[in-house]
Amino acid sequence: MSIQTILLTLVALLLFSYFLGHKRSLRSVKKGRGGDKLHSRPAYYGYMVALWAGIPAVIVLLLWTMFQSQIVTSLTVAGLPETMQAESQGGHGLVINEIMNLADSGMVAEKSDPTLKAAAEHYLRLRGISHQAIAVLALVAAVIGMLLGLRMVRPDTRARNVVERAIVWTMLGCAAIAILTTVGIVLSVLFESLRFFHAVPITDFLFGLTWSPQTALRADQVGSSGAFGAVPLFAGTILISAIALAVAVPLGLMSAIYLSDYASPMMRAITKPVLEVLAGIPTVVYGFFAALTVAPFIRQAGEALGLDVASESALAAGLVMGIMLIPFISSLSDDALSAVPRAMRDGSLGLGATRSETIRKVLIPAALPGIVGGILLAASRAIGETMIVVMAAGLSANLTINPLEAVTTVTVQIVTLLTGDQEFDSPKTLAAFALGLGLFVITLLLNIVALKVIRRYREQYE
Amino acid sequence: MTATRDRIEATLRKRYRRERLFRFFGLVSLGISFLFLLILLFTIFRTGLPAFQQTWIKIDVDLDPAVLGVDRHASQDELFGANYAKAIKVSLRKIFPDAKGRKKKRGLKNLVSNSAPWQLRDAVMKHPDLIGTTHAFWFLAKDDVDVFMKGQIDRNLPESDRRLKDFQLAWIDKLLAEGRLEKRFNTTLFTAGDSREPEQAGVAGAIMGSFFTMLVTLLLSFPIGVAAAAYLEEFAPQNNRWVDFIEVNINNLAAVPSIIFGLLGLAVFINFFGVPRSTPLVGGLVLTLMTLPTIIIASRAAIKSVPPSIKQAAIGLGASPVQTLFHHTLPLAMPGILTGTIIGMAQALGETAPLLMIGMVAFVVDIPHGILDPATVMPVQVYLWSDSPERAFVERTSAAIIILLGFLVVMNSAAILLRRRFERKW
Repeated sequence: MSIQTILLTLVALLLFSYFLGHKRSLRSVKKGRGGDKLHSRPAYYGYMVALWAGIPAVIVLLLWTMFQSQIVTSLTVAGLPETMQAESQGGHGLVINEIMNLADSGMVAEKSDPTLKAAAEHYLRLRGISHQAIAVLALVAAVIGMLLGLRMVRPDTRARNVVERAIVWTMLGCAAIAILTTVGIVLSVLFESLRFFHAVPITDFLFGLTWSPQTALRADQVGSSGAFGAVPLFAGTILISAIALAVAVPLGLMSAIYLSDYASPMMRAITKPVLEVLAGIPTVVYGFFAALTVAPFIRQAGEALGLDVASESALAAGLVMGIMLIPFISSLSDDALSAVPRAMRDGSLGLGATRSETIRKVLIPAALPGIVGGILLAASRAIGETMIVVMAAGLSANLTINPLEAVTTVTVQIVTLLTGDQEFDSPKTLAAFALGLGLFVITLLLNIVALKVIRRYREQYE
Repeated sequence: MTATRDRIEATLRKRYRRERLFRFFGLVSLGISFLFLLILLFTIFRTGLPAFQQTWIKIDVDLDPAVLGVDRHASQDELFGANYAKAIKVSLRKIFPDAKGRKKKRGLKNLVSNSAPWQLRDAVMKHPDLIGTTHAFWFLAKDDVDVFMKGQIDRNLPESDRRLKDFQLAWIDKLLAEGRLEKRFNTTLFTAGDSREPEQAGVAGAIMGSFFTMLVTLLLSFPIGVAAAAYLEEFAPQNNRWVDFIEVNINNLAAVPSIIFGLLGLAVFINFFGVPRSTPLVGGLVLTLMTLPTIIIASRAAIKSVPPSIKQAAIGLGASPVQTLFHHTLPLAMPGILTGTIIGMAQALGETAPLLMIGMVAFVVDIPHGILDPATVMPVQVYLWSDSPERAFVERTSAAIIILLGFLVVMNSAAILLRRRFERKW
């Protein structure tokens, strides 16, 4: 039985138990068992029985999805001949992979190696059994639950409270997914990074100055020792982000000031949507534009000035990223500026300051924490931005601060390391997770500081 | 008195000049955003619009049974295996008798898309009576011919710098003179999946992939997001450490780089739970985690804006808190929640980076039919095409961007309309 059929049957069963519970509640009043008035409306009894039927089945299904592959795999290994068992423990699960691929390919019969063939057939049989077992188990759990639930249907059962408690707990569970996601992120990058740091010392990663993640297949190959020094990557990321912020901060801030203090309502009605459109354009479009138009333009401009510009210069990626960040900075600074109390502005204007003097000497200093928080958030976005740099920045890790040269970034390397086809155990793929860990820690720190600064600043004027 | 005034007036001109300058800077920075948007849209549309047209070539194909290897009484299986490529080759040589030598023969073959034999096969299998006759067929032109027809290959370049050689240009001129070349609306772009040959490539696969991915995302993130928001606004105990922790987490997740979610999807969904790679299912799961913070934050704002008097009235009439939520608060907050959801979905539709991690960059020719088929999505298709070296893919990349932007415009307009139409001020 496939998963879809199991789920459909389960849904049908739940509808059926709702119906039964609904009916039984009405009948129980007539018979007067445990009172002559229902505590809750009949529908709640229906929901209650459906819950009793559904929860055990869902638990069974979840446990199965979590553990079935491990159990089936270990049983398959147990069925292998002694020699191959030892091999499969040493050989990083290669044998298992081979068996699984063979089974999935659907060409078991054509395989010549008899042990492998037997193992694949064994594996397929086990998987079939496990599928059938889960179907039976889940449905039995549902039926038992339903019967138990039906026994609880009596007029004095507080069905509504039961159902509502279940709803509130479900809602709490949904809210807790945020925690689960964070935990999942931390665990997934941390575990793979630890495995990476077994292969490559952490000091080499943090302080190494060369990055060339090619690991050799043979020991005697040229350049066989992959170098995993992350310094050039972080330097490149900082260079591009700095260019982006140098573009975005003045332009975004001035746009926000102009919009809130100078623009006529008409002008605001036109300009705000333009900024929103800029914010809504997918980054892959910015990346394409940077690679197609901006980078060649900068290269030609540089050549006209007699400068040597790389075709994938940091400047092009940084400029386009800066434009992308303008709406972000502008809306955050707008929030910060409009939170400054009216009285401060009026006081300054009343003393005879011009508008620009008021803005520069009163509003901006007062709103500075909010603006700085916004800039930090923008910096975190610039560091984590992927598509623009993947498409417009280079792949070679140069340690330079010249914006006209090609640099690479952390996100570019994560993408290049993980989009090829390679074994999941090689240091090359694991390095991507170590980079991800670095990226996560840096952006997390920036975000926490930024949110704290913004929050404290808001409290100051509230 | 006058002394002070003089001093003020002396500086006043300077101060006013500074005021004007400041104001001018503000206008300039707005103008730069404006200008950039204009240039971007102009470039995309200028490069992308030609892709909505495609060049076709008319060839009189001599369906000679001797060349095809089958006659008109052949079974469908035999018809399927007939040598259509040869028939096209022979007919092409008839139009251009001067095609002698290997180089020229190959150049001749490269005028027509390599899908032409299949096109011919389908036509013949439908009407086997055609065998033995000479019939005019329109075939897709090869991408180089297409690009040339759109004026993107300069014939004044030295021959070695051109994809089309001099003799091919002469042939194209001849075809044009005979009315054998025609530009038509590019339906392939909307009906075909991806392909290595630009003239056969389309976005249908990516659109369906995006559709299924968005479906999974919507079905998961909307209920979970609303439930989480409702819990945090209406049921969460005040000043509880765990609730604070949840809120901190949500705010942080909203700012975590999207690529990190891709790593999470790779490590947890694919490697731990064994969700199949490259499928809309795993893409939808990752995008759900990404859009949840957006939806939760928007939904909380919408729920908060429902006046307490309504909730108190419901409670006063005997409704339980859960009933109040489902019967009163949520329906009243729904426009705001939906607006937030649409904005979140629009973000998810344009998201690329996390999907690269979970294998949605695979080259998928088939159009996906469910959430478990390997698929790619629109923005990833844009990325894939932008990486292709062929000239003809540049315009197709831009065309895919135009289509993607079209979807985003529709979604965002829907959000704005919804907000305008149903927004209530209490």
